[in-house]
Amino acid sequence: MSMPTTTIAEDTAAPRRANAVLTGLRALFLRVGVLPFFLVATLIAFSLVSKEFLALQNLTNVARQSVYLILVSLGQMLALVTGGFDLSVGTAIALTSVVSALAMVTLSHMLPPDMLWLVIVLGCCAGLAAALVIGSINGLGIAVFGVSPFIMTLGVQSVGAGIALFLTGGVPVSGVPYEFGDVLGFGRVFDIPVPVLVAVVAASTIWLVMNRTRLGKHIQAVGGNAKAARLSGVNTTKVLFIAYALCALLASVAGLLLTARVGSGETNLGGTIALESIAACVIAGVSLHGGIGRVENVVLGGFFIVLLQNGMNIAQIGSYMQMVLLGSLLVLAVILDQVRYRLLVGER
Amino acid sequence: MGSLAAPLVEMVGISKEFPGVKALNGVHLKVERGEVHVLFGENGAGKSTLISILSGVFRPTSGAIRIAGNEVSFHSVHDAAKAGIGTVFQEFSLVPTLPVFENLYLGRELMRGPLTDRRAMLAGARKLFAELDFDIDVTRPASSLSRAQQQMVEIAKAFLSNARVLILDEPTASLTERETERLFGFIGKAAASGVGIIYISHRIQEFQKIADRISVLRDGRLIATVPARGTSEPELIELMTGRAVDQVYPKIAHRTDGAVVMTLQGIRTAGVHGASLEVRAGEVLGCAGLVGSGKSRIWRAAMGLQPLQAGKITLKGRDITGASTRALLEDGVFFLPSDRKSEGLQMTASARANIELSLLDRADFAGPLGLVRPRRSGALTDAIGDKVGIAKSAMDRAVSKLSGGNQQKVLFGKGFGDDRDVYILDEPTVGVDMGTRMALYQLIKDIAEAGKAVVVISSDLPEVMNLSHRLLVFAKGRIAAELSGAAITEENVLKHFFAETESAA
Ligand SMILES: Nc1ncnc2c1ncn2[C@@H]1O[C@H](COP(=O)(O)OP(=O)(O)O)[C@@H](O)[C@H]1O
Ligand SMILES: [Mg+2]
Repeated sequence: MSMPTTTIAEDTAAPRRANAVLTGLRALFLRVGVLPFFLVATLIAFSLVSKEFLALQNLTNVARQSVYLILVSLGQMLALVTGGFDLSVGTAIALTSVVSALAMVTLSHMLPPDMLWLVIVLGCCAGLAAALVIGSINGLGIAVFGVSPFIMTLGVQSVGAGIALFLTGGVPVSGVPYEFGDVLGFGRVFDIPVPVLVAVVAASTIWLVMNRTRLGKHIQAVGGNAKAARLSGVNTTKVLFIAYALCALLASVAGLLLTARVGSGETNLGGTIALESIAACVIAGVSLHGGIGRVENVVLGGFFIVLLQNGMNIAQIGSYMQMVLLGSLLVLAVILDQVRYRLLVGER
Repeated sequence: MGSLAAPLVEMVGISKEFPGVKALNGVHLKVERGEVHVLFGENGAGKSTLISILSGVFRPTSGAIRIAGNEVSFHSVHDAAKAGIGTVFQEFSLVPTLPVFENLYLGRELMRGPLTDRRAMLAGARKLFAELDFDIDVTRPASSLSRAQQQMVEIAKAFLSNARVLILDEPTASLTERETERLFGFIGKAAASGVGIIYISHRIQEFQKIADRISVLRDGRLIATVPARGTSEPELIELMTGRAVDQVYPKIAHRTDGAVVMTLQGIRTAGVHGASLEVRAGEVLGCAGLVGSGKSRIWRAAMGLQPLQAGKITLKGRDITGASTRALLEDGVFFLPSDRKSEGLQMTASARANIELSLLDRADFAGPLGLVRPRRSGALTDAIGDKVGIAKSAMDRAVSKLSGGNQQKVLFGKGFGDDRDVYILDEPTVGVDMGTRMALYQLIKDIAEAGKAVVVISSDLPEVMNLSHRLLVFAKGRIAAELSGAAITEENVLKHFFAETESAA
């Protein structure tokens, strides 16, 4: 252990500091993935384009708009952590919207007006149940019959979209009780928008599930190494099934909130959310290989995607070009995930 | 429950059929309380299958299991664990992405109400590791551990369950001598407290210190159960192989004047930290070492199957460093991968189709427009099938439906389509029966005596010792010793297994 002389220390201080920064960035990348880098880049880029972008008003707006994507991404994360993914989340939203709206419209004709709240609650339950069926079919195919998540959820996506269109004939279901939108869509509790509250509750619950329950650990184990999980006595079939069911349920909650917001049952509410939620998760460091993913990062990931869209709107980037950018970003994130996974788990 | 007089574990007439393979055939096994019962047999004898049945991984095709006199039927590992059976499987059962303590408690988490009790699990894991004298930070993800450390976690996992029956399937495959000693200490302690232990191994030296009784399996049958004391090593080998040792391995004539065909110089790659060697025509070069010693990875790097960090490779005098796998194959190198299921064969295709695949590039079979000429390649395929000894009826069956032995013959067959100069055989007889083994050894002898260079990489010590003219012992990513001729003795080899060579060989 010899002391370095002062001159050498001065000569090497700069590169050493640069090295320390690099090591720090690498550690950050390994811990949380690409999100911090993307986030900083986005903030810098768009704040250069417009002053509006960083205004508190705009950011709270983005936070409020990102609620729906965050909810879906939380579910998507569960599927991703098991090592699969769910392409049918958009369908779960559409079906929830159509079924809950139809149920409310029908029930409000059958029940007296003073039972309006019962109508709304039953309508919501119907929507959740419809999504649960979607999730269960996914779970059944993937967990029990071993169908690849890609084919299973792609097929179910088409089935669900078809049913939603069939039920409505492609026309929005109108006549949803006004109070439904008033509370779930635009309501406030303690001056906090209801959708935001719902998302906070959902995110906290999923955090608890993933970090502090047996189910959460088993979901991580199945994605990390399914065979090892089975040999450790984990019921992998059950775990996979529950993951897909929960994923659909979370999408369904987003579907209810969106329905309340637009005030009618719509088949096109789920649009591109499958892609966006997968992008949000992967950018937030959820590995496509399974086993890795943190709830708090996914919340931030959902926020990031909406922030990006908001920034692109402000910068007046057309919606077609936005599709191109979002898709590219997803692919880039996946490539970086590949690198990160190799660094984390090593080549086996 | 159950009478004390009944044996702790009793497996009666256990048979197990996999598609195309009868892995077990009417096996009986009895384990008493406090006994260390060794299951001994070659690769593919059925040891792992037998204990997988006892651990609830597989269900037997027929036969019964009794624990302390009560008949049981396990549908999952969970069921077996509840009945007090703790198993360290041969294949690792750790989740790489989870921290060590969560791995320990996976499937039997400690709970406080509806939530897991993280603190209690951490404390429990630390306490257990302290008791076992394993020095591992329990919050590290399993993926960051070395193989030996992972093995230690596996073992700790089995101890954690307070099992009545403790099963260890080749647990020392990647442990050092010291760690093995320590493991034996715990096994002794557990046995003294009345736990029944089933210890699987195919290394005789290893288990003679701890075994009470030894059950020998061969080709899915129980050959004998003998007391450990009073049974000599040659007797055990003969029980294991069914033949005296010198009948199993053919005498391969050694051409000492063979030219150097391939050289690897200063190779560095994941798991190999600088190693150089030469391959000569007409010679069998053996590579021995523990799992993870680098004996296989150096060749995988040379074949372009994993990134080469440094070093030079020559083939027939030409520098081929960094050449692609395909280029090497075309240049006359044959590589037989150790895992035939994932790297060697198209499992759903027929044996014939698998062999034909290796003939596609032969110019003499290419017809107009580069289309294959089925009649010509068909004839050669049949000839190859004959040469490696695959029955005609087996040629057109899906490889997944063939026995391990026949699968391995198909894999060998892929090397005979073209004239090759170097045959690199990674675990050439893994999981195959005795008959096939002898046939494959004969093939290796034929190849070597025809003047080709043969490299045999093997974890099966007697195999690699008996086949090699020259034997390299790998340890910790370096070549710890090069032995040849009469110097290739078990004692010499084992001495270098755990070597801490600092200088690059
Ligand atoms: N899951 C499986 N599917 C098909 N065949 C198997 C399976 N597991 C083992 N076998 C076959 O059963 C035989 C016995 O294998 P195994 O029990 O692993 O032997 P050992 O542990 O004694 O080396 C081998 O021929 C092997 O190829
Ligand atoms: Mg085995």
